[in-house]
Amino acid sequence: MAEGAAPVLDVRGLKTVFRTRGGEIHAVNDVSFQLRRGELLGVVGESGSGKSVTMMSLIRLLPSPPADIRKGEVLLNGRDLLKMSPEALREVRGARVGFVFQDPMTSLNPVFTVGDQIMEPLREHLGMTKEMAERRAVELLELVGIPDARKRLKSYPHQFSGGMRQRVMIAIALACDPDVLIADEPTTALDVTIQAQILELVKDLRQKLGMAIIWITHDLGVIAGIADRVMVMYGGQVVEQAPVGELFANPQHPYTRALLQTIPRINGPRETRLKVIEGQPPILSAPLAACPFRARCEYRHDACDRMNPARRPVDGRPVGQGHDVACHWQAPARVEAAHA
Amino acid sequence: MLTYTLRRLLLAIPTLLLISLVIFLLVDLAPGSPASEIPLTVPPEVRAKILEALGVNEPVHIRYLLWLKQFFWVEPLNGFDAIFGTHYAEGMQRIISYQSRSPVFPLIGERLPQTLTVIGTAYLVGVLIALPIGIYSAYRQYSLFDQFGTMFAMIGFSVPTFFTGTLFIIIFAVWLGWFPTKYNTTLVVTDWASFKEQLRQMAMPVMVLGLANAAAISRYMRSSMLENMSQDYVRTARAKGMSERTVVLKHVLRNSLIPVVTVIALGIPSIFGGAIITENLFGVNGIGSALIQAIRGNDLPMVQTLAFIFAILIVTFNLIADLLYGMLDPRIRYD
Repeated sequence: MAEGAAPVLDVRGLKTVFRTRGGEIHAVNDVSFQLRRGELLGVVGESGSGKSVTMMSLIRLLPSPPADIRKGEVLLNGRDLLKMSPEALREVRGARVGFVFQDPMTSLNPVFTVGDQIMEPLREHLGMTKEMAERRAVELLELVGIPDARKRLKSYPHQFSGGMRQRVMIAIALACDPDVLIADEPTTALDVTIQAQILELVKDLRQKLGMAIIWITHDLGVIAGIADRVMVMYGGQVVEQAPVGELFANPQHPYTRALLQTIPRINGPRETRLKVIEGQPPILSAPLAACPFRARCEYRHDACDRMNPARRPVDGRPVGQGHDVACHWQAPARVEAAHA
Repeated sequence: MLTYTLRRLLLAIPTLLLISLVIFLLVDLAPGSPASEIPLTVPPEVRAKILEALGVNEPVHIRYLLWLKQFFWVEPLNGFDAIFGTHYAEGMQRIISYQSRSPVFPLIGERLPQTLTVIGTAYLVGVLIALPIGIYSAYRQYSLFDQFGTMFAMIGFSVPTFFTGTLFIIIFAVWLGWFPTKYNTTLVVTDWASFKEQLRQMAMPVMVLGLANAAAISRYMRSSMLENMSQDYVRTARAKGMSERTVVLKHVLRNSLIPVVTVIALGIPSIFGGAIITENLFGVNGIGSALIQAIRGNDLPMVQTLAFIFAILIVTFNLIADLLYGMLDPRIRYD
């Protein structure tokens, strides 16, 4: 990817809070990242790390209340999505930013045909007539690899398998040729062979269409296969960010290192037990005053309890451009790569 | 769908036969005698002859079979004759009311229009009020409007119609004088003035019953909307950039209506059943009050026939509700 080119998406200091009866939950804390044209950014982290909430905050998809986007800027081609009127935002959703959700079984409306649901954004955003939209819908279904597309337009979601439905979701997200496609664990609900098919499809579509993609997952194997850059999230903040090869070769944050160690190996001696990271991710009922990972960290020291580490560059390039990490601990110069 | 419908219709035959037997026997075994309506001044031998002529002295199974034959064969033939001016049913004995000693069906035919206009309008008004209240209450859950809707439904549920009816009469008819206290059954709508008069006299019973109907349906609508509002496909619709209007009134509503339409369809037979209390209160001379009169007067054929007609309507609308369900929800296929 061309370095220095203006990013499609520039997120600065995003902070999202859930207001609940039991107080506030600080789900997203000062998240900043950039997405360049044509780039695929992988976002990893365990459940509750704030991945999905961050991405849904970008287009204000979280129900409010309880969600409240406190701070930050989300610049899409220079326009701040957080300051837009609801009407202007609607023209971004589905048109400039496509979203694919985790569970294809429930993400499509059961009482409308697949064709209707693909044609909806086309008619809404591009003002297409029914005939034009129908032609485009057939193209889209063919693009995502659904055979007999013209006939399938009249089918209902329940007449499709899970993998096929996710293809339909992708077709909907791509309908208006968006600048950014956000895929929120799109393969988690699918079985492994279908996962592989969807991954191949996305790789292929990326080459054909050239949009930027944010791919949320907790599957590091998936990330290694498709991402250009990886952002590791923990406790609602970015703890490490690096080009994919660099991250796997030279992980800096204890959490990233632990994550990489949890991947079972297919070769080498058989381990008796799979590795786990002991403990639970924190529930953030107050703004972070210390490192969120300290309770589970093997390198914990005084500084970790006193302040939340800021992101610092690892390879000399500015934060967000190259490799950066949010940790007080200095990893030894070069560890033996866990997996390359 | 067609085979399913036919199968259901065939199944309805034994169901209805069983229901008819139960209704007939229940009404027949109830205490009271048709003779009680005959004035005491009538001499005993004449009384005996009247009873003889009514067929009361036949054994119960004969009377049941005769009634069945009359209900399913003689009366439809009479209806056919009345429409096409033929004479197929001439000389056949019809179901005779003990009270008026005239055939039951024309009596019902006289009463039905009153009931259908008043109770039917009330049901329609109830549904039309309930749907928007339910939809908006769910969309703005816990808002002031929703609280108001909840209170409205609670009042509609818990306050009986004889109370709201009386209250309405006092307020709107006595104090304000907007509407007449009694429903005039003899009014015939011929021009604009009489139509306005008809509307005025219908207003109160329609409001009273509409309130009661709207209460239940608005709650169904609200809970069905709420259930769907948090579904994933709603988030998808928003992510596609659909307006709130499209999201709520197309995506959510279409799914939420499925159970509500069924409930509405299942409620339709109750229109034909009339509203006994409301009809009596406002003097609407409909089916409800006919049934009450027949029960009081031990008019067995009338009660049996009316009860059985309701049973047929209920079975029919059950089938219609099931078929509607299949039409509204593409996931359900009957074959």
